[in-house]
Amino acid sequence: MDLTVNIGKLKLKNPVMTASGTFGYGEEYSEFVDLNKLGAIVVKGLSLLPREGNPPPRVVETPAGMLNAIGLQNIGIENFIREKLPFLRQFDTSVIVNFFGDSIDEYAKAAERLSAVDGIHGLEMNISCPNKEANWSIFGTDPKVTFEVVSAVRKVTDITLIVKLSPNVTDIALMAKVAEDAGADAVSLINTITGMAIDIKTKRPRLGNITGGLSGPAIKPIAVRMVYETFKAVKIPVIGMGGIMNSSDAIEFMLAGATAVAVGTANFVNPSTTIDIINGIESFMVENSITDVKELTGGIKI
Amino acid sequence: MSKYIRAKITENAPVNKGHNLLVLSPDNIQQHPLPGQFYMIGTDFSYDPLLKRPFSIFREASGELQFLYRIKGKGTERMKEMKKGDTVNLLGPLGNGYPIPGKNLTPVLIAGGIGIASLFPLAEKLSGNVHLFYGARTKNELLMLNELKGLLRKELIISTDDGSEGRKGTVIDALNVFLTSNSHPPQADSTSNFLLYACGPSPMLEAVSKFAAEKGIKGYISMEENMACGVGACLGCTVKTKKGYKRVCKEGPVFSAEEIVWT
Ligand SMILES: Cc1cc2nc3c(=O)[nH]c(=O)nc-3n(C[C@H](O)[C@H](O)[C@H](O)COP(=O)(O)OP(=O)(O)OC[C@H]3O[C@@H](n4cnc5c(N)ncnc54)[C@H](O)[C@@H]3O)c2cc1C
Ligand SMILES: Cc1cc2nc3c(=O)[nH]c(=O)nc-3n(C[C@H](O)[C@H](O)[C@H](O)COP(=O)(O)O)c2cc1C
Ligand code: FES
Repeated sequence: MDLTVNIGKLKLKNPVMTASGTFGYGEEYSEFVDLNKLGAIVVKGLSLLPREGNPPPRVVETPAGMLNAIGLQNIGIENFIREKLPFLRQFDTSVIVNFFGDSIDEYAKAAERLSAVDGIHGLEMNISCPNKEANWSIFGTDPKVTFEVVSAVRKVTDITLIVKLSPNVTDIALMAKVAEDAGADAVSLINTITGMAIDIKTKRPRLGNITGGLSGPAIKPIAVRMVYETFKAVKIPVIGMGGIMNSSDAIEFMLAGATAVAVGTANFVNPSTTIDIINGIESFMVENSITDVKELTGGIKI
Repeated sequence: MSKYIRAKITENAPVNKGHNLLVLSPDNIQQHPLPGQFYMIGTDFSYDPLLKRPFSIFREASGELQFLYRIKGKGTERMKEMKKGDTVNLLGPLGNGYPIPGKNLTPVLIAGGIGIASLFPLAEKLSGNVHLFYGARTKNELLMLNELKGLLRKELIISTDDGSEGRKGTVIDALNVFLTSNSHPPQADSTSNFLLYACGPSPMLEAVSKFAAEKGIKGYISMEENMACGVGACLGCTVKTKKGYKRVCKEGPVFSAEEIVWT
């Protein structure tokens, strides 16, 4: 049985990865998950310099989901390379570093630095963050800016480049196409959907940052639709995520067009979700006499 | 390999109005909890509530884990409905726990409401050789009084906001009286022999921290924040400290009182 999938230059041992920001730097879950079994580990978003993040409360549960406003807190690229990467190098699993910047120049500098380091196998650029040069509007919502920032990063890196798309757009397929044209090896989607919750007793927002990103089962149908639309629009692989809780959900994303999937919020519910999903996909393949997991991708019948 | 365990409920009964004692019999306990550590408990019913909830270990006895919880919202309402024989998923023990005091120090425990759940095992570990200030809004929110009376070898000083039991007023008022009155000298006559441990609502913790700073007493406080992962991965549970944001689930829940930046 062949569980491997290809994303750019990477050959993953199976299609199941962790979603950035939900799995720390890998270490935090190593007590619960055999990291060697994962298709890839995607670490928390990094920037050139450390970020402090948002005031609490930063997470709040909503029906079948949660809102987060972590504010991209991270230890910075250099600390990551020095303190966290040596741990990850012990494992025979692809390490993908999620990163962001607040200017095009910062994105390029970050990508260049990360590409030069042994033990980082791929990059995922988070373009759902505010652009200092354009009045803090989001990089990933303006096709022109998206093209520019992805092109700038592509110029400085040869390793596998995944562009993580924001769902807070009207036409996700267009954004995916733009990323592809700018040289991305793959696109991943969806990032969280902007949301908000208010405590009716205190009349105050339930997050310190007022708004936050919605994740979990509540967003799954939106994510599946967006993966489907994107798959039809681009030739590069699509990595699907958004509310995946079990192997049935993962297979659904693959049928919609995903080559690989990422598990986010579900890690919080059950830390061994990724492993359960890998096992579940295998059983599904056995039951349905599928020998190559790649056959699932885009297998939806219309 | 892990701290992720399934457990059967052996008891889930009210101890007071709005408060239950949950007794769990885990498949296997690989690590014994320390006072002040906590578990993430999930009821696994559905996707709503979705996330596990953090609860301090109240007691570990004959292979069972006990938790004392206040019925507050969706998660604990659901938890209340669970019956003997039902299973829950547990992640833990998590967090750092209370540091054990040096021999020459007199531990003073300050519990507000359900905060008693996390301080009880500390009192137990110290064989009851602690002063305990226990405050609640009203009489029937005071929990486990008989157990406490049996355990403690020093004072149990109770206060309620409405005066329905013990002193009327806050635990801080009671603490102030205690530490300034000459009838309770520690060993010597300096308050610096005291070591404070506090768990309770945030305004109480803030007051304890200010009080400790004013009197020059060292104190530890157990902080609360909303949590998602409980294991340090999501950065959702941070509190502001003098050295930047720290995670309640990992660097905490117990912090030095002087470390916290109150906003
Ligand atoms: C380290 C730690 C130990 C705790 N120990 C105990 C204990 O021993 N007994 C006990 O009764 N309670 C304890 N709590 C508080 C308990 O976790 C909350 O009361 C509980 O999560 C409320 O869930 P709910 O769904 O019923 O309430 P809701 O208010 O509906 O919860 C909504 C969301 O807010 C979060 N939340 C709400 N209040 C709190 C809070 N005070 N702290 C953390 N998250 C909160 C919930 O986890 C959930 O995500 C502890 C909290 C922490 C952080
Ligand atoms: C607490 C939290 C932190 C996140 N941090 C990041 C991040 O740093 N970078 C990023 O690209 N996505 C981040 N995400 C988005 C997830 O990677 C994922 O796209 C999203 O949560 C949808 O998947 P899910 O429903 O399985 O969680 C974060 C999500 C959560 C819940
Ligand atoms: S709850 Fe996730 S880091 Fe503490």
